[in-house]
Amino acid sequence: MAKINWYKYASPANFYPLAGKLIPWFAIPAAILFVVGLYVGFFVAPTDFQQGDAYRIIFIHVPAAWLGMFLYVLMAAYAGIGWAFNARLASMMASSIAITGAMFTFLSLATGSLWGKPTWGTWWVWDARLTSTLILMFLYIGFISLQAAIDDPRRADKAGAVLAIVGVINVPIIYYSVQWWNTLHQGATIRILGKPTIAGPMLAAMLIMLAACWLYSVAVVLIRLRTIIVEREHAAATMSEARA
Amino acid sequence: MFSWIVWRDLKLAWRRRADVLATLFFFVIVVSLFPLGIGPETQLLRKIAPGVVWVAALLASMLSLGRLFANDYDDGTLEQILLTPQPLYLAVLGKVLALWIVSGLPLALISPVLGVQFGLPRNALLVLLASLLLGTPVLALIGSIGASLTLGLRSSGVMISLLVLPLYIPVLIFGAGAVDASISGVGVQASLSLLGALLAVSLVFSPWATAAALRISLE
Repeated sequence: MAKINWYKYASPANFYPLAGKLIPWFAIPAAILFVVGLYVGFFVAPTDFQQGDAYRIIFIHVPAAWLGMFLYVLMAAYAGIGWAFNARLASMMASSIAITGAMFTFLSLATGSLWGKPTWGTWWVWDARLTSTLILMFLYIGFISLQAAIDDPRRADKAGAVLAIVGVINVPIIYYSVQWWNTLHQGATIRILGKPTIAGPMLAAMLIMLAACWLYSVAVVLIRLRTIIVEREHAAATMSEARA
Repeated sequence: MFSWIVWRDLKLAWRRRADVLATLFFFVIVVSLFPLGIGPETQLLRKIAPGVVWVAALLASMLSLGRLFANDYDDGTLEQILLTPQPLYLAVLGKVLALWIVSGLPLALISPVLGVQFGLPRNALLVLLASLLLGTPVLALIGSIGASLTLGLRSSGVMISLLVLPLYIPVLIFGAGAVDASISGVGVQASLSLLGALLAVSLVFSPWATAAALRISLE
C-alpha cells in the first residue's frame, strides 16, 4: 500500500472532503445504536428495586455527563495543539466541539434535575458534583462567547485555548467530587477493573447509549467543522478544488 | 523590573485616587444594601453575612480588573513592556501585586467593620479578615487572566465577568465557608488551608497564563 502523507490532512481545505466522507460512517451507526440502546433501556432492563422506573433517565443522564466532561478535555487538547503548533484546523475543531459539549453538559444538568425531583425530592442541591458541573457549563459558555467577541480568528482561537486550558482543572474535580466530598449525588458504580455493582442489562444499555452519544458527537462535530472551514477559508484558492 | 512596575502602578493609582476609592465604596455600599433589602433580623443577617460580604468582594474585585491593563494598552506602554528582555511573568506579577495593594487589601481591611453591621461575633470577624486577606490576591491573580484575554474588546467589562466568575466560584465557596464554619463553631482550618492552597497555585500559574494571554492579545 502506498505511503499516506497524513500531514496533508492538516490543511483545512484537504480535510474538508475527508470529513464529508467520514460523517455517514458515524451518523448511521449512531442512529442505530440510539434505537438499540433505548430499546434495551426501556424494555429489557429490569425495574429498579428502590427507584422503580424513574431510574431509566440514567441512560441519557450518564452518557451526557461523561461526554460533557470528555468533550471539554478534547476541546482543550485541540485548542492547545492549535495554539502550540499554530495549526488552524485544530483550533477550528476546538470551536466545533464547544457547542456540542455545552449541549451535553446542559442535558446532564437538566436530566439530573428531572431525576432528582422524584428520587431526592428536590430539583437542585448545591453539592460538589452539581456545582462543579454548573461551573463546567459556565466555562463552555465563556469559551463560546469569548470566541464570538473577538473578530480576528487566530486571536480568537488562541484566547479560547488559554481559557479552555485554564478551565480543564475543573474536569477532574467533577469526576472525583463524589469521592472527595460527602455529596448527595451517588458515587461511581462502574469501575474499569472489577465487577460493576450494577445489573447486566442496565450496564449494557448505558454503554450502548454512551457509544451512541459518542458517535453522534463525532458526526455532529465533523458537520459543524465543515461549516467552520467554509466560513473561514472560503477565500482560499485551494477551497474551490475541495468543493468541486 | 518587578519593583519598578509595582512602584509605577502604585504611583499611577495614587494619581487616580478617585477610581480606587470608587471600587472600595462600591464594596461598602453593596454590602450595606443587603440588610436594607432583606430586613434587620439579626439571626438572618448573621447567616447571610459571609456570603454577602464575599460576593460583594468578588464583584468589587472584578470592577477593579478593568484598570489592570487597559490604560497601559491604550497608550502603548504595555507593548513596550512586552518588548523588554525581562520575563513578562514578573511584569504581570508586579502589576497584579500593585492592583491588590490598591484594591484588594483595602477591601479586606474594611471587611471587619462591615461584618459588625451584620452582627458577626468577634472570632468570625477575624476569620472574615483572614479569608479575605488570603482570597483577594487569588481574585486579582485569576482576574488578571480574564483581563488579559479580553484586552481591547468591545464589551470587555461584561466579558471579563463571564470568563472570570466561574473561576472565582471555588474561592467564594472556601472563603465564605471559612466564615460560616467560624460562626457555627466547626473548625476553620480546612477552608483557610484550601484558600491558602488556591493562593499558592494561582501565585505560580496565573501570571504565566496571563503573560501568554497578553502576548496573544497584543500580536
